[in-house]
Amino acid sequence: MIRVQREDIDVGAALESLAAGNHRIGGVASFVGLVRDIGGADRVSALTLEHYSGMTEKKLAEIETEAHRRWPLDAVVIIHRYGRLEPGDRIVLVATASAHREAALAACHFLIDWLKTDAPFWKSEETPAGERWVEARTKDDAAKQRWSD
Amino acid sequence: MKLLYFAWLRARIGCAEEEVELPPRVRDVAGLLDWLRSRGGGYAEALRDLSIVRVAVNQDYVGSEHPLQEGDEVAIFPPVTGG
Repeated sequence: MIRVQREDIDVGAALESLAAGNHRIGGVASFVGLVRDIGGADRVSALTLEHYSGMTEKKLAEIETEAHRRWPLDAVVIIHRYGRLEPGDRIVLVATASAHREAALAACHFLIDWLKTDAPFWKSEETPAGERWVEARTKDDAAKQRWSD
Repeated sequence: MKLLYFAWLRARIGCAEEEVELPPRVRDVAGLLDWLRSRGGGYAEALRDLSIVRVAVNQDYVGSEHPLQEGDEVAIFPPVTGG
Protein backbone atom coordinates (compact mmCIF):
# COMPACT_ATOMS: atom_id res chain seq x y z
CA MET A 1 0.00 0.00 0.00
CA ILE A 2 1.30 3.42 -1.00
CA ARG A 3 0.14 6.65 0.60
CA VAL A 4 1.41 10.22 0.24
CA GLN A 5 -0.25 12.46 2.80
CA ARG A 6 -0.01 15.66 4.78
CA GLU A 7 -1.38 14.12 8.01
CA ASP A 8 0.67 12.32 10.64
CA ILE A 9 1.30 8.58 10.25
CA ASP A 10 -0.47 6.19 12.61
CA VAL A 11 2.34 3.62 12.83
CA GLY A 12 0.44 1.20 15.09
CA ALA A 13 -2.60 1.09 12.82
CA ALA A 14 -0.45 0.71 9.69
CA LEU A 15 1.56 -2.19 11.14
CA GLU A 16 -1.55 -3.90 12.42
CA SER A 17 -3.36 -3.69 9.08
CA LEU A 18 -0.26 -5.03 7.30
CA ALA A 19 -0.54 -8.48 8.87
CA ALA A 20 -4.23 -8.55 9.73
CA GLY A 21 -5.95 -11.79 8.73
CA ASN A 22 -2.88 -13.35 7.11
CA HIS A 23 -1.45 -16.01 9.39
CA ARG A 24 1.31 -17.01 6.97
CA ILE A 25 3.11 -13.87 8.05
CA GLY A 26 5.81 -14.60 10.60
CA GLY A 27 7.32 -11.15 10.91
CA VAL A 28 6.81 -7.46 10.23
CA ALA A 29 9.82 -5.15 9.79
CA SER A 30 9.50 -1.38 9.84
CA PHE A 31 11.47 1.84 9.44
CA VAL A 32 10.17 5.20 10.67
CA GLY A 33 12.02 8.33 9.51
CA LEU A 34 11.88 11.35 11.86
CA VAL A 35 12.70 15.04 11.47
CA ARG A 36 16.01 15.88 13.20
CA ASP A 37 16.78 19.25 14.77
CA ILE A 38 20.26 19.45 13.22
CA GLY A 39 21.18 20.07 9.56
CA GLY A 40 24.93 20.36 8.96
CA ALA A 41 26.07 22.65 11.77
CA ASP A 42 22.76 24.48 12.14
CA ARG A 43 19.69 24.07 14.28
CA VAL A 44 16.64 23.18 12.28
CA SER A 45 13.36 24.49 13.64
CA ALA A 46 11.20 22.99 10.88
CA LEU A 47 11.32 21.55 7.41
CA THR A 48 8.96 21.61 4.48
CA LEU A 49 8.67 18.66 2.11
CA GLU A 50 7.67 19.34 -1.47
CA HIS A 51 6.87 16.52 -3.89
CA TYR A 52 5.92 15.85 -7.50
CA SER A 53 2.38 14.63 -7.16
CA GLY A 54 1.75 11.78 -9.57
CA MET A 55 5.36 10.85 -10.14
CA THR A 56 5.80 10.27 -6.40
CA GLU A 57 3.06 7.65 -6.31
CA LYS A 58 4.36 6.11 -9.54
CA LYS A 59 7.95 5.78 -8.26
CA LEU A 60 6.83 4.41 -4.90
CA ALA A 61 4.67 1.79 -6.67
CA GLU A 62 7.67 0.80 -8.84
CA ILE A 63 9.89 0.47 -5.77
CA GLU A 64 7.22 -1.68 -4.11
CA THR A 65 6.99 -3.92 -7.20
CA GLU A 66 10.78 -4.29 -7.23
CA ALA A 67 10.78 -5.37 -3.55
CA HIS A 68 8.13 -7.99 -4.32
CA ARG A 69 10.24 -9.23 -7.22
CA ARG A 70 13.30 -9.67 -5.00
CA TRP A 71 11.80 -11.11 -1.79
CA PRO A 72 8.83 -13.32 -0.88
CA LEU A 73 6.74 -10.59 0.76
CA ASP A 74 3.13 -10.85 1.87
CA ALA A 75 2.57 -7.12 2.23
CA VAL A 76 4.30 -3.76 1.93
CA VAL A 77 3.29 -0.35 3.21
CA ILE A 78 4.96 2.94 2.32
CA ILE A 79 3.53 6.14 3.79
CA HIS A 80 5.39 9.40 3.11
CA ARG A 81 4.36 12.83 4.36
CA TYR A 82 4.67 16.23 2.71
CA GLY A 83 4.16 19.78 3.99
CA ARG A 84 5.68 21.50 7.02
CA LEU A 85 7.09 19.24 9.75
CA GLU A 86 8.88 19.92 13.03
CA PRO A 87 11.71 18.06 14.81
CA GLY A 88 10.46 14.75 16.16
CA ASP A 89 7.67 14.49 13.59
CA ARG A 90 7.40 11.33 11.51
CA ILE A 91 8.31 11.78 7.81
CA VAL A 92 8.06 8.28 6.43
CA LEU A 93 7.01 4.75 7.34
CA VAL A 94 8.21 1.72 5.39
CA ALA A 95 7.04 -1.69 6.58
CA THR A 96 7.19 -5.18 5.14
CA ALA A 97 5.59 -8.47 6.13
CA SER A 98 6.86 -11.91 5.25
CA ALA A 99 6.85 -15.51 6.46
CA HIS A 100 10.41 -15.05 7.73
CA ARG A 101 12.45 -12.21 9.18
CA GLU A 102 15.28 -12.24 6.60
CA ALA A 103 13.00 -11.20 3.73
CA ALA A 104 11.08 -8.67 5.83
CA LEU A 105 14.21 -6.97 7.22
CA ALA A 106 16.16 -6.93 3.94
CA ALA A 107 13.19 -5.65 1.91
CA CYS A 108 12.51 -2.88 4.45
CA HIS A 109 16.14 -1.73 4.25
CA PHE A 110 16.05 -1.90 0.44
CA LEU A 111 12.84 0.13 0.24
CA ILE A 112 14.06 3.03 2.35
CA ASP A 113 17.42 3.15 0.50
CA TRP A 114 15.66 3.25 -2.88
CA LEU A 115 13.02 5.68 -1.75
CA LYS A 116 15.70 8.17 -0.71
CA THR A 117 17.27 8.31 -4.18
CA ASP A 118 14.22 7.74 -6.43
CA ALA A 119 11.08 9.25 -4.91
CA PRO A 120 10.69 12.92 -5.98
CA PHE A 121 10.61 14.70 -2.61
CA TRP A 122 12.65 17.77 -1.65
CA LYS A 123 13.30 19.14 1.83
CA SER A 124 13.73 22.77 2.72
CA GLU A 125 14.99 23.55 6.24
CA GLU A 126 14.23 26.53 8.46
CA THR A 127 17.42 27.52 10.35
CA PRO A 128 18.53 30.64 12.27
CA ALA A 129 20.41 31.64 9.08
CA GLY A 130 17.22 31.44 7.03
CA GLU A 131 15.49 28.87 4.87
CA ARG A 132 17.58 26.62 2.61
CA TRP A 133 17.14 23.57 0.39
CA VAL A 134 18.71 20.35 1.62
CA GLU A 135 21.38 19.00 -0.74
CA ALA A 136 21.34 15.37 -1.86
CA ARG A 137 24.01 13.26 -0.19
CA THR A 138 26.35 10.97 -2.11
CA LYS A 139 26.03 8.62 0.88
CA ASP A 140 22.45 7.96 -0.20
CA ASP A 141 23.55 6.98 -3.71
CA ALA A 142 26.11 4.63 -2.19
CA ALA A 143 23.41 3.10 0.03
CA LYS A 144 21.28 2.40 -3.03
CA GLN A 145 24.28 0.92 -4.91
CA ARG A 146 24.49 -1.79 -2.26
CA TRP A 147 21.32 -3.31 -3.75
CA SER A 148 22.37 -3.39 -7.40
CA ASP A 149 22.71 -6.89 -8.74
CA MET B 1 4.68 21.11 -23.98
CA LYS B 2 4.15 21.33 -20.24
CA LEU B 3 7.22 22.11 -18.11
CA LEU B 4 7.26 21.64 -14.33
CA TYR B 5 9.92 22.91 -11.93
CA PHE B 6 10.52 21.84 -8.34
CA ALA B 7 12.45 22.90 -5.22
CA TRP B 8 15.23 25.48 -5.78
CA LEU B 9 14.87 25.20 -9.56
CA ARG B 10 11.30 26.44 -9.21
CA ALA B 11 12.44 29.22 -6.86
CA ARG B 12 15.20 30.40 -9.22
CA ILE B 13 13.12 30.17 -12.39
CA GLY B 14 10.24 31.88 -10.62
CA CYS B 15 7.35 29.64 -11.61
CA ALA B 16 6.14 26.11 -10.89
CA GLU B 17 4.90 25.28 -14.38
CA GLU B 18 4.49 26.70 -17.83
CA GLU B 19 3.32 25.75 -21.31
CA VAL B 20 5.95 26.28 -24.00
CA GLU B 21 6.14 25.85 -27.73
CA LEU B 22 9.51 24.36 -28.59
CA PRO B 23 11.51 25.63 -31.55
CA PRO B 24 11.75 22.84 -34.17
CA ARG B 25 15.50 22.43 -33.56
CA VAL B 26 14.85 21.26 -29.98
CA ARG B 27 14.52 17.50 -30.23
CA ASP B 28 15.75 16.06 -26.97
CA VAL B 29 16.29 16.84 -23.27
CA ALA B 30 19.76 18.31 -23.83
CA GLY B 31 18.33 20.63 -26.49
CA LEU B 32 15.51 21.69 -24.20
CA LEU B 33 17.92 22.56 -21.36
CA ASP B 34 20.13 24.54 -23.77
CA TRP B 35 17.14 26.43 -25.10
CA LEU B 36 15.84 27.21 -21.60
CA ARG B 37 19.29 28.47 -20.55
CA SER B 38 19.36 30.74 -23.57
CA ARG B 39 16.30 32.51 -22.15
CA GLY B 40 18.70 33.99 -19.57
CA GLY B 41 17.80 35.36 -16.12
CA GLY B 42 16.55 32.77 -13.65
CA TYR B 43 16.72 30.01 -16.27
CA ALA B 44 20.42 30.55 -16.91
CA GLU B 45 21.11 30.67 -13.18
CA ALA B 46 19.01 27.61 -12.33
CA LEU B 47 20.48 25.48 -15.14
CA ARG B 48 24.10 26.61 -14.85
CA ASP B 49 25.33 23.31 -13.34
CA LEU B 50 23.57 20.40 -15.04
CA SER B 51 25.28 17.86 -12.76
CA ILE B 52 22.70 18.82 -10.10
CA VAL B 53 19.71 18.86 -12.45
CA ARG B 54 17.43 15.85 -12.98
CA VAL B 55 14.81 15.49 -15.70
CA ALA B 56 11.69 13.32 -15.85
CA VAL B 57 9.56 12.92 -18.97
CA ASN B 58 6.01 11.71 -18.36
CA GLN B 59 7.04 10.95 -14.76
CA ASP B 60 10.03 8.72 -15.55
CA TYR B 61 13.68 9.69 -15.09
CA VAL B 62 15.45 10.20 -18.42
CA GLY B 63 18.92 11.08 -19.67
CA SER B 64 19.95 14.06 -21.77
CA GLU B 65 19.52 12.18 -25.07
CA HIS B 66 15.90 11.28 -24.43
CA PRO B 67 13.79 12.48 -27.40
CA LEU B 68 10.92 14.88 -26.74
CA GLN B 69 7.46 14.83 -28.28
CA GLU B 70 4.62 17.26 -28.33
CA GLY B 71 2.34 16.65 -25.38
CA ASP B 72 5.13 15.38 -23.10
CA GLU B 73 5.12 16.46 -19.47
CA VAL B 74 8.71 17.42 -18.66
CA ALA B 75 9.77 18.00 -15.05
CA ILE B 76 13.10 19.59 -14.14
CA PHE B 77 14.35 19.37 -10.56
CA PRO B 78 17.36 18.93 -8.26
CA PRO B 79 18.47 15.52 -6.91
CA VAL B 80 15.77 14.27 -4.54
CA THR B 81 16.05 14.51 -0.74
CA GLY B 82 13.05 12.63 0.69
CA GLY B 83 12.90 9.85 3.25
